[in-house]
Parts: sequence; structure tokens; C-alpha cells
Amino acid sequence: MNGGQSMSQPLLQVDDLHVQIASRRGTVRAVDGVSLEVPAGEAVGLVGESGSGKSMTLRAILGVLPPEARVTAGRVLLDGVDLAQLDNRQLNQVRGPKIAMIFQEPMSALNPVMRVGSQIAEGPQVHMGMNRRQSAERALELMRRVGIPDPERRFSSFPHEFSGGMRQRVMIAIALSCEPSLILCDEPTTALDVTIQDQILRLLVRLCRESGTSLVFVTHDLPVVAQVCHQLAVMYAGRIVEHGSVEEVLTRPCHPYTLGLVRSAPDVDHPRSSLVAIPGAPPSLVHPPAGCRFHPRCKFAEEDCTVSDPPLRLIDAGHATACLHFEHCLDELRTEGADR
Amino acid sequence: MTTQPVGGAAAASATGAALLPPPDGPLLEATDLAVSFSLGSALIARMRHQAHVLHAVDGVDLTIPRGEALALVGESGSGKSTLARALAGLQRPDRGQIRLDGKVLPARRSRADQRKIQMVFQDPYSSLNPRLTVGGILHELLRVHHVVGRSEVESYTRELLGLVGLGEEAVNAYPRQFSGGQRQRVAIARALALRPELLVADEPVSALDVSVQATILNLLQDLRAELGLTLLLISHNLAVVRHLCDRIAVMYLGRLIEVGPTETLFAKPRHPYTQGLLAAIPRLSFTADGDAPAVSGDPPSPLRIPAGCRFRTRCPIAQPICEQEDPVLTASNSDPAHSAACHFAFAGVPPPRSDGAGRAGEAGQINPEEARS
Repeated sequence: MNGGQSMSQPLLQVDDLHVQIASRRGTVRAVDGVSLEVPAGEAVGLVGESGSGKSMTLRAILGVLPPEARVTAGRVLLDGVDLAQLDNRQLNQVRGPKIAMIFQEPMSALNPVMRVGSQIAEGPQVHMGMNRRQSAERALELMRRVGIPDPERRFSSFPHEFSGGMRQRVMIAIALSCEPSLILCDEPTTALDVTIQDQILRLLVRLCRESGTSLVFVTHDLPVVAQVCHQLAVMYAGRIVEHGSVEEVLTRPCHPYTLGLVRSAPDVDHPRSSLVAIPGAPPSLVHPPAGCRFHPRCKFAEEDCTVSDPPLRLIDAGHATACLHFEHCLDELRTEGADR
Repeated sequence: MTTQPVGGAAAASATGAALLPPPDGPLLEATDLAVSFSLGSALIARMRHQAHVLHAVDGVDLTIPRGEALALVGESGSGKSTLARALAGLQRPDRGQIRLDGKVLPARRSRADQRKIQMVFQDPYSSLNPRLTVGGILHELLRVHHVVGRSEVESYTRELLGLVGLGEEAVNAYPRQFSGGQRQRVAIARALALRPELLVADEPVSALDVSVQATILNLLQDLRAELGLTLLLISHNLAVVRHLCDRIAVMYLGRLIEVGPTETLFAKPRHPYTQGLLAAIPRLSFTADGDAPAVSGDPPSPLRIPAGCRFRTRCPIAQPICEQEDPVLTASNSDPAHSAACHFAFAGVPPPRSDGAGRAGEAGQINPEEARS
């Protein structure tokens, strides 16, 4: 699915990725044919509700799936190398210098009994061949870059002595420590207060701009995506249902699910009298509905939606949707625009 | 809810409501409410030169008129949940008074008083008894509180479930059989079962997916209209607050630092913290990120509250006076419904303002030079 339309080879190319989870009720098809491209230096948002498969996609890219889940098909090409084919030892050569991850809850991602400075210095020691003194210098420099005040003193603090926002800064410093070309972010600001979220998002955007690092940014929060990302992929029930530039997708959503997401969240600048919820609940991923997976909840659904599962198709330069009748979304936006 | 940003009309009507209390006064009135928690031993704390008392709520005055939806917003650790729990009678305050309908609530509330303030919690997965069916949860409550006669329990239960949009089949289902949104409906039905006068909802949609949040927010809005419910909504999500509430109280480190009608607060926030909070909200519009965050720094620990103004350590306009004097929550001269606890909120320094909305008496038109002399 060529959402990006990049001239050169994209940095990351996920190709028809399938992840399945064995459960008592059957096989859960958590990620069911996801294709995604991340050009160098760009930030791609992956948005969806819980259970849509966005976090599983991210974990599959890094090769850190939970034990009951496995990649059953597809390729994850980073700079032309298929990460899905690498064993753990080979993956460890990639994690850190090529690809890093920032988790939602830094307290559970950081080592609680290791000093923060040593955790930041670990990567440069292992991957960049630095000695203790050099790596400590590097850690201090990184702490300064991510805005941790008084880094000399904080170097030997433990994670529990930091606030949530500061811990996330430590996570960012660790992610940056080996100068990766790609950082994966799994809801990095969801656990933070709004003023701290604002600080962290600005920091991430600035650091990635300075170093040309690409981001894959998983979140359920559309306004957050708008702050950080260039491109946006919307996931529903294990599939990408819409893809395009952030501005295009958020102002001209061409999938009823995206439209529903945009309208169900209250807008702080334009309060409306009542919110439009998406009826129903996400389908079971053990037995997903036939045809378009969204059709049982879709008010535009027609006969043909129940027959075959529509693939993503380009409707505009760089804008793809998996809806057969996306014109209805545009019609609805137009009438609403006229009402305002 | 108006769709206009400020609306002279909206602001005026809200002010009018505040000026003309119903004949029997506000529904709830809290004065100088304070709640603190003791952490570990005082002796050890003294040996380590650490504070051991955490002042979660530190002298709060709050009034909620009947029928109003009031929002309590603030960062984690600001004491908003503790304040809500104290109002609901789940947390004993150190000092202060809570009046409901003009009557002071004692520290140990009678069943009748307990009924009048009910709470909906954030996490519907842990706030419902997993071993009781929905019918069981409601029946137990109705029996203990004798809300309706024994013969009417069944029909009243069905009525409650209908009110929150659940079908009759929900009676025999266990909480685990429901999705998060449906569980929150059960929690709301449980809170409404006792016919409360005040519903306290602590982050009722934070644990839910966006599309489900909308249904719960709409439900709360409908219930307000149908039942004339008074609502205290605790939330960190200002979009939710703007959607649902008439008035906003902003909390910072255990104090209210700004209170005003929703639209006034959004249009003319007076406290620098409120201004930062509003600027920090991520928006769908595609503003390129500048490098300066809306509010810099971390909130101080509630164990070490700064002297003077509590916000001064992060405040972009802090002056020497802010270190010396703790600003009091003071109403604006031009709009008595809007008050803020900042030396410069209505005084116009800095930046200088020409509207002359100085506060009465001591505050006047403070500027740094005067303050030093």
C-alpha cells in the first residue's frame, strides 16, 4: 500500500504482516495483513482503539511479542533487512543502534535497581564500543539534551526518585543513546498530565527533527497524532483502514470508522451539543465478520460491504481508504460544514 | 452548552445564576476544607529531615448551586480526587465544614446523608463486585437503604437500567460479561439508585476508548437534563469538561487557583497556570510545534509545597511578591463569578492592562515596585 509514495526506498517497510495469538477461545488474528511504510525522517502515527492491533504491530516490528503471539506471515524490512527472519542474537544487534522503543509506562520499562545514568550509558557501552568514562560522558550529554535538570546529580539517582515526566525523559535519552534511525513509541504520553505531555511531545518532535530520526507513534489520541506525525494510519480490527497525511485524514476522513473517531471525541475549541458515538463494539478477532470488518457498526453499509473484505485503495495522491463507499463520509462532512 | 467561544450571553447567564441563588441556598458548600495524609513515622521523618505530612487538600472553599455541573480539573497530585472523596464522605477531612442544603454534615454521616452524595469511579473494572450480578448489586443497595418497598425492587431495578440505556437482560449478567462502557453504565445506575442530589464522577471516561467515551458523556448530559442532577465532574480532560460543565474549578497543589464559568475561563483564563493548562491541550489543528512548552517544569511534590504562591516555581510571570505572599482566591470586580488566586490575575501587571479590573482593598493595582516597598 503506497501511502508514502516516497522516491527512494523507505526506511521501514512492513509488508502484509500477520500476528496471531493462541487463546482458549481460538486463534486471535491480532494483526491481519498490515502494510506500512516509514520514510526516513518522517513520523507515522498508528491510531486505533484498544484491541485494534496497533501495539501488536509495533511489538512485532521490534520482535518483542508476548510469548503466546507470533508472526505467521509478512516481512518487516528495515534498511532492506527482514527483521522477522532474524534470531534473537541478531535482533540484539539491531535493537539500540538501529531501532529503539519508548513505552507507555516508563516505571515498568526502566530497571528499578539500576542507576539512571548507568541505564543510559549501557547502550553506548554495548553497541558503540565506549568505555565507562566515555559512556558516562555520553549519558550526561543525553540527559542535558532531553532536559533533565542537574544531570551530574541525577546521574546516580534511581528511577523511583524521578517524576513521571522525568522518567519518560530518561526513556527518551535511552532510546536516543545509540543514535537509532527509527524510534517506536507506544502511547508515550498517555500516563502523563497534559502540561507534561506537552513538554514531552515538543521534546520528541525537536529531537527527531534535529537528528533526522523516524518515528512510529502508536496512540488512541488523535490530537496527539496531529502534534507529532506527518502521516497517519488508522487501524481497526487488525487492519489498516485508512492511510494518508495527518492533515488530509483528519480533515477529510474517508473511512466511516475514522469519521466516527474524529467526531466522538469532544473538541476543546468547538464544543458541540452532543457527541456522535460509534454504535456497537469492536468485533471478535477470533471470528471476524465476513466482508468489511466495520460493516456491522457502519451506517453507510450496503449489500456489497458484507461480501468481500475491501483492500486499501488510493483515492488521492497519498490518501488510501478501505471503504467501498467513502463518498458518504465526504457527503456527510459537507452537510455538516454547511450547518456550522 | 453554547457553541460560541465566549458568548456574552453565556457568561452573563452563568453570572446571573451565581448571583441569584435558589431560595434555599446552594446545594453544597464546603468551607476551608483540608485533608492531609501522614506518611510513615514522624520521628524517622524528622531524623531524615523530611516532611511526613502530605497536605492533599489545603483549605478549599467550594460552592455548588443546585442543578449545576461543576468541573474540578488539575494535574495528578493536585488533590482533586481527595477533595471529591472528602465531599462524598469517603475521606475524613482534618478541618473545614461541608454543608448540604444548608445543614452541616457530621464526620460520621447518617445513611440518609450518605445517600445524597453518590460517586462514580474511574475504573469500572475494579469498582463493581465481580461476584454479584448487576441485579444483585442493585438489589443489595436498594434493600440496605430501603429506597423502595420490597415489592418494587424488581421494577425499580429495571427502571434504573433503562435510564442508563441497558436492557432488562442485564439484570442477570455479571460485570465481566460487559464491555467497559456498559460497566460504567452499571456504575452510574448504582450511583443513581439512591436518588442522590449530587453525583460525583471521578474521571468517569478516562479508562474508556474514545468512541465509548462519547456514549457515557452523552448519557451524563441526558441524565442531567432528565433528572435535574447536580454534577461534580473530576477530569484532566478539558475537552470533556468544556462539553459537559457549566463552571470550572482549577486545582493546583491542594488549592483552588481559579474558578469561573466554563466559557469565561476558556476565553479569559486569568491564572498563569490555567493559561498554560489550556495552551497545553493537544489540538487537531496543525500548529507546528514550537520549542517552548506551555508550562515548563514539573509540579512540586505536595510534601514540599513552595512558600508564597504555590505555582511560582513554574510561573512565567513570577515576581518577588509571589515568594512572600500566598495569593488568596479573589473575585474579579467586573465579573464576580470569576475568581483567581494570583497577585496579577485581575491587577494587570504584567503585562499591563487598561481595563482597571483591580481587586478591592489590599490588592489594588499591584506592581513589583509597590510590592517591594
